[in-house]
Amino acid sequence: MEKRVIFSGWLLPLLLIAPQVVISLVFFFYPAAQAIWQSFFIPDPFGLSSRFVGFGNFEFLFSDPYYRAAFGTTAVFSILVTLCSMIPALFLAVIADRLIKGSGVYRTMLIWPYAVAPAVAGVLWLFMFNTRVGVVSWYLGNLGYDWNHVLNGGEAMGLVVVASAWGRISYNFLFFFAALQAVPKSVIEAAAIDGAHFWRRFWTIVLPLLSPTTFFLLVVNVVYSFFETFGVIHTITGGGPQQSTTVLVYKVFADGFVGQDLGSSSAQSVILLFVVGLLTIIQFKFVEKRVHY
Amino acid sequence: MASERHGMVEKRGAGLWLTHVFMILGVLVIFFPIWLAFVASTVTQPEIVKPPMPLWPGDHFWENYTKALFSGVNVPVSTMLFNSLVMAIGIAVGKIVISLLSAFAIVYFRFPGRTFFFWMIFLTLMLPVEVRIVPTFEVVAGFGMLNSYGGLIFPLIASATATFLFRQFFLTIPDELAEAARVDGASPMRFFWDIVVPMSRTNVAALFVILFIYGWNQYLWPLLITTDPEMNTIVMGIKQMFPSGDDVADWPVIMATSILAMIPPVFVVVSMQRLFIRGLVDSEK
Repeated sequence: MEKRVIFSGWLLPLLLIAPQVVISLVFFFYPAAQAIWQSFFIPDPFGLSSRFVGFGNFEFLFSDPYYRAAFGTTAVFSILVTLCSMIPALFLAVIADRLIKGSGVYRTMLIWPYAVAPAVAGVLWLFMFNTRVGVVSWYLGNLGYDWNHVLNGGEAMGLVVVASAWGRISYNFLFFFAALQAVPKSVIEAAAIDGAHFWRRFWTIVLPLLSPTTFFLLVVNVVYSFFETFGVIHTITGGGPQQSTTVLVYKVFADGFVGQDLGSSSAQSVILLFVVGLLTIIQFKFVEKRVHY
Repeated sequence: MASERHGMVEKRGAGLWLTHVFMILGVLVIFFPIWLAFVASTVTQPEIVKPPMPLWPGDHFWENYTKALFSGVNVPVSTMLFNSLVMAIGIAVGKIVISLLSAFAIVYFRFPGRTFFFWMIFLTLMLPVEVRIVPTFEVVAGFGMLNSYGGLIFPLIASATATFLFRQFFLTIPDELAEAARVDGASPMRFFWDIVVPMSRTNVAALFVILFIYGWNQYLWPLLITTDPEMNTIVMGIKQMFPSGDDVADWPVIMATSILAMIPPVFVVVSMQRLFIRGLVDSEK
């Protein structure tokens, strides 16, 4: 779609677009190019010179059990976060949709966690499950379960998943709720008259009608759990224990800033670049088309 | 089922009651972490370190919040709040301004490189700060912008999303308005200020809500470039309040800080709920 009426001149539009272009070049494209360039080199320990190694950094990464483990961890983490944030959100949205009065109040209450930063959410959940003072871990202890996410990798993963999914429930709830409100009531009533009970109506009518929203949320939540959960992991586990919660983005940070391994960190950035590219393409190709049966 | 026959799809009587109970339970579970943080920010340290801590607020609210705001752990929380405010507003306003300008250029002009720049802006979508942290850090350090507001704001300010949103919106502005402005001899910038900007008000407000929260909740970037506690933002500063080693954390002050860290974004979201939902849905389209 293009405008038919336009203004003439070429200097003014260039000046108008310049701020965005300059910032993109300086803070987006130059650093990205730099990451690609550096991924082919290994700097010497003093940072004075670097040696060209071709795809050496990549070959090393893909043979590195820790990096391969980080791929697996990221996959498990993002699948769990997506499920743990979408299922409760759908459940709450279905309930809220059945209420005519009061759904506004509930909605306001449920929006709160969205505004809480992932890093702050991490601190809140860390506090509840803290091995020394945590309320939940204390009650678990009374029930005979010895909670210790500092030593137990599985529990650490569980905690970062729940803390990451928590704020997303609000987000997913808003989208599911809006989609449910848009389902034509006449269709539902027709099914009800035909004797279809609630669950049958839900599975055969409502859920299929929600498929565009569901698919959109699947993609968006995977992107979220890849790139926006750094704060949660950094505050709760710091990637541990034994790297059991080290996801790809966390590893770029840990290797680049803590470990000062520039070549490897850059190569990891380039790999992530491909991952984002892929996810963006999926998002545009499928979400734009609006999956509909 | 009787209620099904009467109400068809809307629950009534016992069913309605049960629906409310489920909803309230859901809200309570979702809300519990925030409640617990609030309770912890109103009691004393000994009450927390001897579990289980109380589940009802104590009477040390003023004491804990005053301590957090004016002395904090490394730096007073009021300083961190101010830094966060500057960063969040800087990012939101900056993104909106540069996106309004570039979208206006793309929609209302034909100039050399237009398509090229459009795709360039589009590609920034694929470059989140997380995939370019080390080199971006080097660029910012090279400009001497570590520990500065400029360093906190500029690397996050280019936004393809906002540009596309405004482009979509500008395309719906009737051509007659631009035609009339041209006939009257108004300059493009005059048209921009008097017609385009006022018409975009709702979009700008909706986007502001989303971008303010985006900026406020940043963690990784401030963590990298603010080594001076005076420049810490509140969201990244909380983690810095935990002692290293075996010392016991000052939980009441840390929890008071957590509550303070969520008040501004929660206030923005709840008070501008309709704009927020609109902004959310628009920016994901």
